[in-house]
Amino acid sequence: MKLTLKIWRQENPTATGAIHTYELDGVAKDMSFLEMLDLLNEQLVLTGEEPVAFDSDCREGICGMCSLMINGEAHGPEVTTTCQLHMRSFNDGDTITIEPWRAEPFPVLKDLVVDRSAFDRIIQAGGYISANTGSAPEANSVPAPRDKAMRAFNVATCIGCGACVAACPNGSASLFMGAKITHLGELPQGQPERWSRVVDMVGQHDHEGFGGCTNIGECASACPKEIPLDVISQLNKDLRTAMKNGL
Amino acid sequence: MAAGTHYLPGLTPTNEPSVQKSDDAAGFYELGEKLVDEKAPTGPIEERWTTRKFENRLVNPANRRKLDIIIVGTGLAGGAAAATLGEAGYNVKSFCYQDSPRRAHSIAAQGGINAAKNYKEDGDSTYRLFYDTVKGGDYRARESNVYRLAEQSANIIDQCVAQGVPFAREYGGLLDNRSFGGVQVSRTFYARGQTGQQLLLGAYQAMERQVAAGTVEAFTRHEMLELIVVDGKARGIVARDMVTGAIETHLADVVVLASGGYGNVFYLSTNAMGSNVTAAWRAHRKGAYMANPCYTQIHPTCIPVTGSHQSKLTLMSESLRNDGRIWVPKKVEDCEKDPREIPEADRDFFLERIYPSFGNLVPRDIASRAAKYMCDEGRGVGPEIEELQPDGTTKKVRRGVYLDLTDAINRLGKEAVEEKYDNLLDMYERITGESPYELPMRIYPAVHYVMGGLWVDYELQSNIPGLFVTGEANFSDHGANRLGASALMQGLADGYFVLPNTIRDYLADGPFEKVAEDHPAVVEALASVTERVDKFMSIQGTRSVESYHKELGSIMWEYCGMDRREEGLKTAIAKIRALREDFWTNVKVLGSADNINQDLEKAGRVADFLELGELMCIDALNRRESCGGHFRGESQTEDGEALRHDDEFAYVAAWEWGGDSNDGGQPVLHKEDLIYTAIEMKQRSYK
Repeated sequence: MKLTLKIWRQENPTATGAIHTYELDGVAKDMSFLEMLDLLNEQLVLTGEEPVAFDSDCREGICGMCSLMINGEAHGPEVTTTCQLHMRSFNDGDTITIEPWRAEPFPVLKDLVVDRSAFDRIIQAGGYISANTGSAPEANSVPAPRDKAMRAFNVATCIGCGACVAACPNGSASLFMGAKITHLGELPQGQPERWSRVVDMVGQHDHEGFGGCTNIGECASACPKEIPLDVISQLNKDLRTAMKNGL
Repeated sequence: MAAGTHYLPGLTPTNEPSVQKSDDAAGFYELGEKLVDEKAPTGPIEERWTTRKFENRLVNPANRRKLDIIIVGTGLAGGAAAATLGEAGYNVKSFCYQDSPRRAHSIAAQGGINAAKNYKEDGDSTYRLFYDTVKGGDYRARESNVYRLAEQSANIIDQCVAQGVPFAREYGGLLDNRSFGGVQVSRTFYARGQTGQQLLLGAYQAMERQVAAGTVEAFTRHEMLELIVVDGKARGIVARDMVTGAIETHLADVVVLASGGYGNVFYLSTNAMGSNVTAAWRAHRKGAYMANPCYTQIHPTCIPVTGSHQSKLTLMSESLRNDGRIWVPKKVEDCEKDPREIPEADRDFFLERIYPSFGNLVPRDIASRAAKYMCDEGRGVGPEIEELQPDGTTKKVRRGVYLDLTDAINRLGKEAVEEKYDNLLDMYERITGESPYELPMRIYPAVHYVMGGLWVDYELQSNIPGLFVTGEANFSDHGANRLGASALMQGLADGYFVLPNTIRDYLADGPFEKVAEDHPAVVEALASVTERVDKFMSIQGTRSVESYHKELGSIMWEYCGMDRREEGLKTAIAKIRALREDFWTNVKVLGSADNINQDLEKAGRVADFLELGELMCIDALNRRESCGGHFRGESQTEDGEALRHDDEFAYVAAWEWGGDSNDGGQPVLHKEDLIYTAIEMKQRSYK
């Protein structure tokens, strides 16, 4: 396959970026999207041009390190992460536009690499259950209803990649937050901090400059782990209850 | 009493110290003094850890905030330790190369975590988990360490549940378990196929809670590039801020490496792209011993390589072997055919044929080697890959065998198979473009885990005082082979329970005298890192960093992979030396050092892999026996099974850095005898 790649290049956080165009030949259908970029980079090194910086780590769809807007879609055309997207989803002769995540709270560091540390700070604000090491009771002393445990697991699969934010016209991280609030809120262990958790996380979210949710649903359709939109309803419900309780 | 067993008063050893007769690695190493774990505990095995926890000194809570701890790595071992030590009130600085601590590669572990809870009342116990782990490691692990691991396993589950880890549950709301990795009890706790992710998120959230509390400071996108040793003690690290390029010194009272394994020395592995040996290797060059570096676990069921563009390999859970039948065509000319057109009579179900009693469920290393031999014979399937041959030439070989679910689908129905293997089969289809419901899957072994790592004593302290090593980065608990669902157990045992109880004894003597930023040892460490970065930027040769890594990987895989032999290992050592020499004069790194520069990051990692690879080959060459994940072609039974030589090799091989061999240096081998009192060594058989 032969491709035309239009890639966002930006030297550093303060530099002005621009789209650069590259021609790439010899792309195999079995390559992952990131292996296609590896091939481009190998070619760039040999011709003396600095390779394109992009994030990736596990390359099996679980660590959440990879990102990329591909032809305007977060993680590209399939419901998966960019590292699990393969070139058989494209055709010979295609032009592919590759940009970093688009969101103010995710500033570009270089080329396609962005800073997602705002997510860590949202977790710091309350995305945990306080249980110091050694203080835990016997694991089976508190049963957790199976359906609730299943729902908790289903939303705990969030990989924190930020696709939801990148896809949202408002740049909201509500799906990310809703997933954590639902995960911990469904479990008996998560009850004591349930109301303070939602207030603190939402406060940090707004402080970071993420936008509000207006129920567009782009986040859920871009999510590689298919976190359902109803976690945002859960988030709002918990927030209302917390407010009513005067938190 | 046998020599070297002075630390076992009142106990009866079940084996004699080994005496090595062969010397295959002569000329490649120097023999050093024997090594004794001075911190090894005494007494009956079930009391050793309890006694040690009591005897280890305490640190007054008011003093803890004056003690600085550096932890490198945020996987299960590092993240759990950062959280726990932060909760205790120490001043922790945590480092990771990823953009968030949540991304460390523990996250990719699929199967589960073992714990001797005996919830199924099926005869499990701490002793049985201990026994299975020592046996699974082919009697090359220390019994005291393994027993402690088994003891802590139950506490881990309690801790994780309290943090909100969503383990699988029964209808009554209690925890579910499954049987895993060939053991006969159900002791594996799991969160569907994403156990590592859920455990890591638990540790990550606990750690971030401490960041908010101000006890842990997280340095993300930071890579440790040097260890600072002052007056013989580890006192800090030099790290590079990967965003600004700033080379920084970080000083502390103690340094913990939880930096993971080095499987990426093979280029292709199931490790993450960034997984590397640099933190451990820098410590090794500063004097820390590297133990059993040749012990590599190769996982039989991974998705095969499709071409030279391949950047990493993906594991398919081994549970597929429960229902899949593994075969290759009997005739070489059938290998290109659509497998559905090959009649049953022309299929060779080679595992069922060679190992009639265990069939497709033989242990990982046996299944892996058998697949390799089939492909070596020319009976592999899938795309042809150009690869290095033992004689140094290249040849096109098909590297894949079929794992066929047809019988299972016919027997159980498509829906049942779908439910059982969940998203696994979708993942396979996404990567290969082939549906396992229509075509047999193709699988091939891949490097997955390393049992070797930095040498530590019972307290997880390396031979450099003040340098502790946890998780996959140390060598300590798995012997020559790791059982399934035990990596997560070890990472969390070390991080939550073992290290916090051993490091306090060291810190009880602190706070130590502050080290000045202009101390000669600090200045020297900083200068050596700056010099190395400048060197990479200034070579401006003709070859990419990636191309060196790939070449090293193909050498390691061919000669130091599933079947290692004297001649091949010697060839590999020569090739690695030449490649390393070329690397330092001909590598090409573009861009600048004061910015994100992924090639520069990679150059440092590959440079260290080029040294580690040689040591692995020397260790493999010296160990003329087959044990666990290490198979020497010269040491096998008539039936082709691994043959251990306990009389010669029941020891830990701890290697001391002796300088670059291209400058005339040689590693020094220190042997630590493995003496058992609570278990007896046995040879295994799977026929």
